[in-house]
Amino acid sequence: MSYNSADIAAFKNVWVFCEQRQGKMMPTTFELISEGRKLADELGVELCGILLGDDVDGIANELGGYGADKVYVCNSPLLKNYTTDGYTKVISDVVEELKPEIMLFGASNIGRDLAPRCAARLHTGLCADCTHLDVDLEGYKEFLRTGSSLDIDNMKWDSPLFDVNVNLKMTRPAFGGHLMATIVCPRFRPAMATVRPGVMQKRPFDEAAAKAVEIIHPEFSLTEADIETEVVEIVKAAKKMVDLIGADFIVSVGRGIAKDVEGGIAIAEAIAEELGGVVGSSRAVVDAGWISADHQVGQTGKTVHPKVYIALGISGAIQHKAGMQDSECIIAVNKNDAAPIFEIADYGIVGDLFKVGPLLLDSIKAAKANA
Amino acid sequence: MKIIVTVKQVPDTSGKVAVNADGTLDRASMQTIINPDDLNAVEAALSLKDEYGYKVVVFTMGPAPAEGMLRELMAMGVDETVLVSARQFGGSDTYATSQILAAAIDTYGFDDEDIIMAGRQAIDGDTAQVGPQIAEKLHLPQVTYAGDIKKDGKVLTVKRMLEDGYMTIKVKTPCMITCIKELNEPRYMTVNGTVKCWDMPLTVMDYEALKDHELIDATTIGLKGSPTNIYKSFTPPQKGVGMMLEGSGKETTDKLVGILTAKHII
Amino acid sequence: MILDKKHALQRKLFREFAENEFTKELQDELEATGEFNWDIHNKMAKYGFMGTKIPEVYGGQGGDYLSYAIMDEELARQNLCLSIYANTSNSLGGGPLMIAGSEEQKQKYLPPVASGEKILVFGLTEPGAGSDAGGTTTTAIPDGDDFIINGRKCFISGAPVADWIIIFAKTDLTKKGSRGISMFIVDMNLPGVSLGAHEKKMGIKGYPTCDVVFEDVRIPKENLIGPLHKGFQYAMKTLDGGRLGVAAMSVGLGQACIDEAVKYAKERKQFGRPIADFQGVSFMIADMEAEIEAARQLVYHAAVLKDAGDPEAGLACSKAKYFAAEAANRAAYKAVQIHGGYGYIAEYRVERLYRDARILSIFEGTSQIQQVVIANGLLK
Repeated sequence: MSYNSADIAAFKNVWVFCEQRQGKMMPTTFELISEGRKLADELGVELCGILLGDDVDGIANELGGYGADKVYVCNSPLLKNYTTDGYTKVISDVVEELKPEIMLFGASNIGRDLAPRCAARLHTGLCADCTHLDVDLEGYKEFLRTGSSLDIDNMKWDSPLFDVNVNLKMTRPAFGGHLMATIVCPRFRPAMATVRPGVMQKRPFDEAAAKAVEIIHPEFSLTEADIETEVVEIVKAAKKMVDLIGADFIVSVGRGIAKDVEGGIAIAEAIAEELGGVVGSSRAVVDAGWISADHQVGQTGKTVHPKVYIALGISGAIQHKAGMQDSECIIAVNKNDAAPIFEIADYGIVGDLFKVGPLLLDSIKAAKANA
Repeated sequence: MKIIVTVKQVPDTSGKVAVNADGTLDRASMQTIINPDDLNAVEAALSLKDEYGYKVVVFTMGPAPAEGMLRELMAMGVDETVLVSARQFGGSDTYATSQILAAAIDTYGFDDEDIIMAGRQAIDGDTAQVGPQIAEKLHLPQVTYAGDIKKDGKVLTVKRMLEDGYMTIKVKTPCMITCIKELNEPRYMTVNGTVKCWDMPLTVMDYEALKDHELIDATTIGLKGSPTNIYKSFTPPQKGVGMMLEGSGKETTDKLVGILTAKHII
Repeated sequence: MILDKKHALQRKLFREFAENEFTKELQDELEATGEFNWDIHNKMAKYGFMGTKIPEVYGGQGGDYLSYAIMDEELARQNLCLSIYANTSNSLGGGPLMIAGSEEQKQKYLPPVASGEKILVFGLTEPGAGSDAGGTTTTAIPDGDDFIINGRKCFISGAPVADWIIIFAKTDLTKKGSRGISMFIVDMNLPGVSLGAHEKKMGIKGYPTCDVVFEDVRIPKENLIGPLHKGFQYAMKTLDGGRLGVAAMSVGLGQACIDEAVKYAKERKQFGRPIADFQGVSFMIADMEAEIEAARQLVYHAAVLKDAGDPEAGLACSKAKYFAAEAANRAAYKAVQIHGGYGYIAEYRVERLYRDARILSIFEGTSQIQQVVIANGLLK
């Protein structure tokens, strides 16, 4: 009988699409393998990677170190660079043959090109850009206990339509993060998800497991005629310049830097650099001629809404707040515990920016080193 | 020679988003807008029209009030619009939506030189799935994340953006291109467009119009035909009053960074 | 009044355009330099704003008076000066041609004006003829197939960038007052046309204003618009339409005052709470809102009468202009008051709104002239 995605019982194991670019594994892959391990354990099945490329066996073993039991490697000169057609065909063919029950992709620009195409071809459901995955219902409830405002203990969990204990529960933000939704794919397999990079925790690397991973070369067929697009070139971008409005991270300085202007700005620059952000300022700093006007945040400067806004030595006059109060997370450092900036800050530290700033930089560096 | 653009009307999530007590979205209280990325796709199509004389046809799936959006697009320069609308199509997930839109586009018809365009993703669901899935259902090649499009006869050269750079891809028409914000700056309506758009062609494709298409049956459309279902929806914990951290030493900054890392803020 | 779908869509267009394109940088630049900004002019022209109310057969967009009022309102809500950019061709500039021009004149002049390629301005006021337009002393004396023009027009908005000017000149020197005046279109590049110095204005600084001087300017007879000696009535008719535009601008500026006052009153804290909590502040906002909404309805009503060709339309325009301009000034006063000291600082938008508002009750017929018109309508 031909392939039938609704024949749920025929599907087994958790698969992860292992994205490589130019022969180098994308870091998200290790996060997905680590998360896939958790799901495979909850189901009591194997975790397999599927790796496409040209002569990429050499990077397959490392996947074992993060939890993969097996890696299916498909080598072909036609798979050297990513093409939608080539990758979709090979993955779909191998999935039809080997029938995994869950399949994860990184939500990269490539994963989000490939996964929908595979899901449509395989007639199954796909949940985009997930930030949390569970098979185990108890684990899911625990996650909701802190990650939602739901009344966990007084809710109905079972469903007349499907077994809530074995179906993958895929949670993702919707409506710009105002709402979270948990999606299931109960009637078809594999249940597919793309997973937001940087969200899943990477497991510690296990040397022995890396050596033990089983590498398999499944059969597949792919010819030039299968690929309708031509990759002319691949260009790596130079570090891109970011302006205040587009920045995810802004570290701003206020009048608090007065005693050492250059030093204060240098601290902000160092933190911004570490976070991949830019330096902003209050109007006072611009008016004093300490920094150029294009840094100014506020009523008469720029209105910004970064992920994180760090205010160093900014009191938080209304005209400044008007330009930054919609930031997703506001961190304020100020000597004066009555500074209005603390009214809108998510996190506040009362202290001298010249002391707290460098410590904050160290903490961020340390956290990044451990990540 | 035409360009078909798929467009979605979405609630404006940039402003205040109202959530009902049961965790669903209070759509009635929200403004609807044209999905921003879709406007970039429309602009790309209109620019190609300006240069090469394409006819631009917009397809949308949604309830009858989506007509307002279609009139607006015609006021910008779109030549014709198709509203795919039926009770049977309601509740569709991305798979089922793609199935229906693909059937609608196929029913309308497209030729060798035609292009199909879509926005990268819609701001309500942020899935980025419908464009590629329409392409799959129509057996067309696709290029997603288009940051630049050049035409040379039947070949399009597309700059496909990646997180760390870009690929240059050549693709023959007919094909699907999904567009990103960086591609262009969408134009406004013209004053004359606001006068004229009310008399321009708007076709409704309902269930009757599509039911005989091979992609359409009860197992592939609407809520019942959708492979994915919503199990739970909820609001993230409310952002409470800010937290003042004790002290100002290394342990304080470590604690702060710890919280931020745990919440995936940094 | 509930807008129909067409006009609602037009409101969306003008609002989106003004909100996105009239950036703070642009507005600051206009304020600082006082220069005409060609980039924004060209962009407005691209989307048809210069021809909103001009018929399609003359290269316009085919909108009506209501479209035009909504445009002026929405543009002025972001910036009064820039609303004037789009206004002139639709009212004082294009208006006389639409009202009195021959088919040939309309064909010749309107398309480039509607497309924004050429700028046409209006010259009625003279040093000694302001509200009393009948005091016109500029003369146009027949000479063979030509007229020879001599005189001085003052406070001519847009003159420094104009290609053509509509002027009113005495053609029958034996007649007194408003009689014996004719209307002409004059090419600004003709020999004998010169400009005075740029006026340093209190507000609307990015739309330059100066005197235009005519010294033995020779123009052909074809440039006479409408019948000889009967120009004054056309000047008055044109001003009706212009008054509607200014009334709509007043509503837009008044709305901007409300926008700013509401935002500030919610943000600004004194005595431990937002100042919006104090009735001294919130009642001022209520007054602004009620008055501006009333003005808006007067404007839309006048526009609909204009579109219907109703004989009461002219009077309705005067009422709308009088009430809206005064309401805008009251709103600007209150907006500044609510801002307190900050409202007196140039960095806050209300400071500019306050200065810009002042012109609304002066140009295209002062409030007092509108009162005269309104009273005459009742008492004559």
